[in-house]
Amino acid sequence: MASTLTRDEVARIAELARLSLSDAEVTLFTTQLTRILEYAEAVQRVDTAGVPPTSHAIATGSVWRDDEAGPSLDRDDILRGAPSASTDTGLLKVPKVL
Amino acid sequence: MADPFMTAVALRDAIVRGELSAESAVRHTLDRITALDPILHAFLLVDAERAITRARALDAAGTPAGPLHGVPVALKDNIAVRGMRTTAGSRVLENYVSPFDATVVRKLEQAGAVIVGKTVCDEFAMGSSTEHCAFGPSRNPWATDRIPGGSSGGSAVAVAAGMTPLALGSDTGGSIRQPAALCGIVGLKPTYGRVSRYGLVAFASSLDQIGPFSRSVADAALTMDVLSGADPRDSTAADQQIPGFSRSLSDDARGLRVGVPRHLLAEGLDDEVRVRFEESLAMLENLGVSIRTIELPNSPHAIPVYYLVGTAEASSNLARYDGVRYGIRATDPSSLSDMYDRTRSAGFGAEVKRRIMLGTYVLSAGYYDAYYLKAQQVRTLIRRDFERAFEDVDVVATPTSPTPAFPIGERIDDPLQMYLADVFTVSAPLAGLPAISVPCGLTGNRLPIGLQFTGRAWDESTLFRIAAAYERATPWATLHPAVTAPATESSTRK
Repeated sequence: MASTLTRDEVARIAELARLSLSDAEVTLFTTQLTRILEYAEAVQRVDTAGVPPTSHAIATGSVWRDDEAGPSLDRDDILRGAPSASTDTGLLKVPKVL
Repeated sequence: MADPFMTAVALRDAIVRGELSAESAVRHTLDRITALDPILHAFLLVDAERAITRARALDAAGTPAGPLHGVPVALKDNIAVRGMRTTAGSRVLENYVSPFDATVVRKLEQAGAVIVGKTVCDEFAMGSSTEHCAFGPSRNPWATDRIPGGSSGGSAVAVAAGMTPLALGSDTGGSIRQPAALCGIVGLKPTYGRVSRYGLVAFASSLDQIGPFSRSVADAALTMDVLSGADPRDSTAADQQIPGFSRSLSDDARGLRVGVPRHLLAEGLDDEVRVRFEESLAMLENLGVSIRTIELPNSPHAIPVYYLVGTAEASSNLARYDGVRYGIRATDPSSLSDMYDRTRSAGFGAEVKRRIMLGTYVLSAGYYDAYYLKAQQVRTLIRRDFERAFEDVDVVATPTSPTPAFPIGERIDDPLQMYLADVFTVSAPLAGLPAISVPCGLTGNRLPIGLQFTGRAWDESTLFRIAAAYERATPWATLHPAVTAPATESSTRK
């Protein structure tokens, strides 16, 4: 797979990643990410026919515990850490969505 | 406490015997931080009041709280302590105060440890030098114009410079072992699942592990006795037997079989690192260890596989920094998406953006199979290579880092060169295996070099056994840096 990235592709990835990049950043990342992907090309030449992917190296399977109610984190503590919130109503505030 | 390089075990024993109080131990630590941190910048936050209050409570209790009674500990700033700022080295969390304790914090305090503060790390643990910390890098105590390694560099500096006898870091691709090597101390990445990650800021969830920095193998083993175990708050923390690591130290190394993947040592290895590594192998043979050449045919792919898998996971984990629930928010957003975009762009530094971009790309439609899935398949091959090797050997030995500490600034503009610092450390986390770095000497201009042992899953005991035997037979653990300010002091890099 050709690993040369274009500026347009970098801009598209930035959109997916929810980053607004400056022109200088787009230029820099186009060069740097292309170099990194070229370096990674060797991986694509490895014969992996029939090899299952590893998502976790130590497979533990599903872990179960009893569904018991316990104390939660303090709501006001959490709201105090938010950039904008109302402790009166217990809500996080964001810009208008609709 | 005349000797700032006293081990945690020795310090605890002195406190338990009443030779000094926990309060005076923590005051010595705080004084040394005050004296040295302006030069070394190991700490992002020191909470002296909390530490002294805690030490007084230990002194007042009368009986020892646990195996770390009165021992000051520093934490990498991606580990949450209730009521303490946790920035992970990032602007996006600059003023974030954690509302809860990480499980490792709870365990340390139950064992009697005194948490003194939070240490410098590369932003979100992404880096090999601490130069990607948004609040300036740490400096290597052996040569203050050089990097200490990363990403847990501040923790390594705190321990190497005699500020605290113990520190915790996190290791995703080498972030404990590489700075331990470059600072001349012991650093362990436990088996994946050995230590709970509840309260660790997530970077790459299939790789991240918390582990200790110390000045002796015994201190690392003791810390693992305290930290290990299952946790209802982290489903990946496995319900595995904890063998009592401190007990594995007294055995000699006789009869152990060490595998050396010589094909990985062919290129890019510093000459002095090579010489020290070969001397270490000769010393191990003197100790009754047999050395065998092994092959890890897929390990040459470990760096690209690590950067494909790790960045993919990071791009997902870091989606949570959107300006809604914590951290900073862009001012006067015109819409929700404008808020997301500008918050993230202002909050993240260049390396984090680079990795989010790479990770997003390899997960995106049309590239997923070619990059991400392929990398996961090669990860399987890397893991199988180790399984095969461990049929014939007990431990795999390599240098920890291909070079000693490099000058601050040398690789900051070349991400690929920075990534190559991890060439010997990325395989263990990809395979989920435990690995330890121990000091194995100095270069001609007195820069530390590290020796890495990688073991079977859940077999930290054998790592401690061989590392302790090597430590007893060599003088390296007794060498400490004489910290001096750089000749031409420049202001801290931002």
